[in-house]
Amino acid sequence: MELEREDLLDLYYYMRLSRAIEERIRKLYLQGKIVGGVYCGDGHEAISVGSAYTLRKGDITAPLHRDMGTHLVRGLSPRQVFAQHLGRRTGPTRGRDGNVHTGDLSVGTIAMVSMLGTAIPVAAGAALAFKIRGEPRVAMTYIGDGGSNTGDFHEGLNFAAVLDLPVVVVIENNQFAYSTPLKRSLKIRDIASRAQGYGIPGVVVDGNDVLAVYHAAKEAVDRARSGGGPTLIEAKTMRMRGHSEHDDAFYVPKELLEEWSKKDPIQRFETHLRSVGLMEDSLRSEVNRRIEREIEAAVKFAEESPYPDPSELTEGVFKPPRPSLHIQPRKAANL
Amino acid sequence: MAVITYREALNQALREEMERDERVFLLGEDIGLYEGAYKVTAGLLAQFGDKRVKDTPIAEEVIIGAAAGAALTGLRPVAELMTVNFALVAIDQIVNNAAKMHFMFGGHATVPLVVRMPAGGGHQLGAQHSQMLDVYFAYVPGLLVATPSTPADAKGLLKSAIRDENPVIFLENEALYNTRGEVPEGEHLIPLGRAEVKRQGSDVTIVSHSRAVLWALEAANTLAKEGIEAEVVDLRTLRPLDMEPVLESVRKTYHAVVVEEGWPQYGVSAEVAARISRDAFDYLDAPVARVGGAEVPMPYAKVLERAAMASPRAIVDAVKSLRQRTGS
Repeated sequence: MELEREDLLDLYYYMRLSRAIEERIRKLYLQGKIVGGVYCGDGHEAISVGSAYTLRKGDITAPLHRDMGTHLVRGLSPRQVFAQHLGRRTGPTRGRDGNVHTGDLSVGTIAMVSMLGTAIPVAAGAALAFKIRGEPRVAMTYIGDGGSNTGDFHEGLNFAAVLDLPVVVVIENNQFAYSTPLKRSLKIRDIASRAQGYGIPGVVVDGNDVLAVYHAAKEAVDRARSGGGPTLIEAKTMRMRGHSEHDDAFYVPKELLEEWSKKDPIQRFETHLRSVGLMEDSLRSEVNRRIEREIEAAVKFAEESPYPDPSELTEGVFKPPRPSLHIQPRKAANL
Repeated sequence: MAVITYREALNQALREEMERDERVFLLGEDIGLYEGAYKVTAGLLAQFGDKRVKDTPIAEEVIIGAAAGAALTGLRPVAELMTVNFALVAIDQIVNNAAKMHFMFGGHATVPLVVRMPAGGGHQLGAQHSQMLDVYFAYVPGLLVATPSTPADAKGLLKSAIRDENPVIFLENEALYNTRGEVPEGEHLIPLGRAEVKRQGSDVTIVSHSRAVLWALEAANTLAKEGIEAEVVDLRTLRPLDMEPVLESVRKTYHAVVVEEGWPQYGVSAEVAARISRDAFDYLDAPVARVGGAEVPMPYAKVLERAAMASPRAIVDAVKSLRQRTGS
């Protein structure tokens, strides 16, 4: 699919929305309204938005903690995002989990698990289900430079490769695994080169160029959908904030951040849009106003939403047995 | 009713469920061409083809992770791990992914997944190949745990496990695969969470699960010759844990011995004893006794292995000392 004007403006909108939502989340965090871990994807917007934009309805994604953009592109609403972060009953997990730990199969997202790497086998399993049923659907998931060193990364990719599964794994190489710089966790220059070890294509792409990410992901998704098996994409970028908001990232050299702030993916795409005549000040202001409105309404909705009722605490641990079993409980067994 | 082995009963359950529901598929190491390390999947590749019987690389985390992913997206995977000992490599996927997805999705996603694996020792396979580990799974809210002791239960529980919407850890027992028993043909379902009295008696209650049920029954026969009638209750599933038949029995016998193959410290018997003490305290003539494996990694030499394992003899001794204590 060639990107039309509408698509380009969509990509721009989602990147801006992702960043604006996270800015607001940080404010709420500083106000003490959001507690716990707050993980932001500043600098990663081109990767999450550009890759997710290649997917169709019915495809599955398992986003990670820098992938607010993926959630938004797939259909998570700002209202759901804030209700989730504020632990409200109206959030997608009904207060069972917080921050980016959320998924909604109706829009094709799988909730992330903190143990990095474990989403790759799960995505491979979704792809296996598609393949067994003969459906032209694709599973996409993400991993960081740090997470690419886990056993699950290897097991998942090897499995996907051997079974020719429609899986796309996007490595968000942001140069730091919490405080550990690349050179202390990897001996190789390109993580994508590991693809050779699995006999699948490995691609390196500029992670701050949303169009480059989109095109690389599109090629991989098309290949997966047509039966060509998995692809490993490495999108190189820089983590522009701490690992999470409690981390001031003192260990990241200032010059590195200055260098990468000049390559900011949103600014860069905006410049591109202006150069091809698709962006002007009035349109930019319109996008700003729209995002502001949406976020205000979403925060209001979330703050006015009730907290979960503690009497429902144990709900949702187990799905009740199927009625077809005709179980007549002698007495409610203690689960 | 046909008399078949525990292994054949499991095979029958898999075959019938695969015939009944095309969403059911199998994955695991050496389960297709080789038909499983313990031959439980015999004939299934030939009947259902390699779309539904998937041999996988030796990689337990991906076996469980992929099964969870396939379950989330509409299939009903039955994963086989070669033994429970290898489940430790996949415990992250089991505990952090499979067991929590339903809850973490706010209740709107399900993981209808079965993980089958043999547990238990007694074959001189040493410390890393002889463990029970049932409590590792029974401990986790979000997992159901089945531990059948007979061929009929093996079939009925496995069929129910496959039809359940939750992740089920299905612990077979290596020592039971060749045991024989009557098994109903066709539709035979045993609900998860329903303990069963395997032998009636009036003098003492012996609670057990998996292979320990056989030891309990053997002990009961020995005790009967000495005029002690033991009632043997088989828990059948550890979560849901059905205590009602246990409590009913204790209210009749006033004595309870809880037996397990695994280590008793923090074990299944600890949980069951605590519940008996809480819910039938006034009926007890003596503290609940417990019998289990010795608190050591399983040794190899036969004499040591025998000494490390619970046995009918140990159960008989426990019952006698319990009754001596109360002078009954």
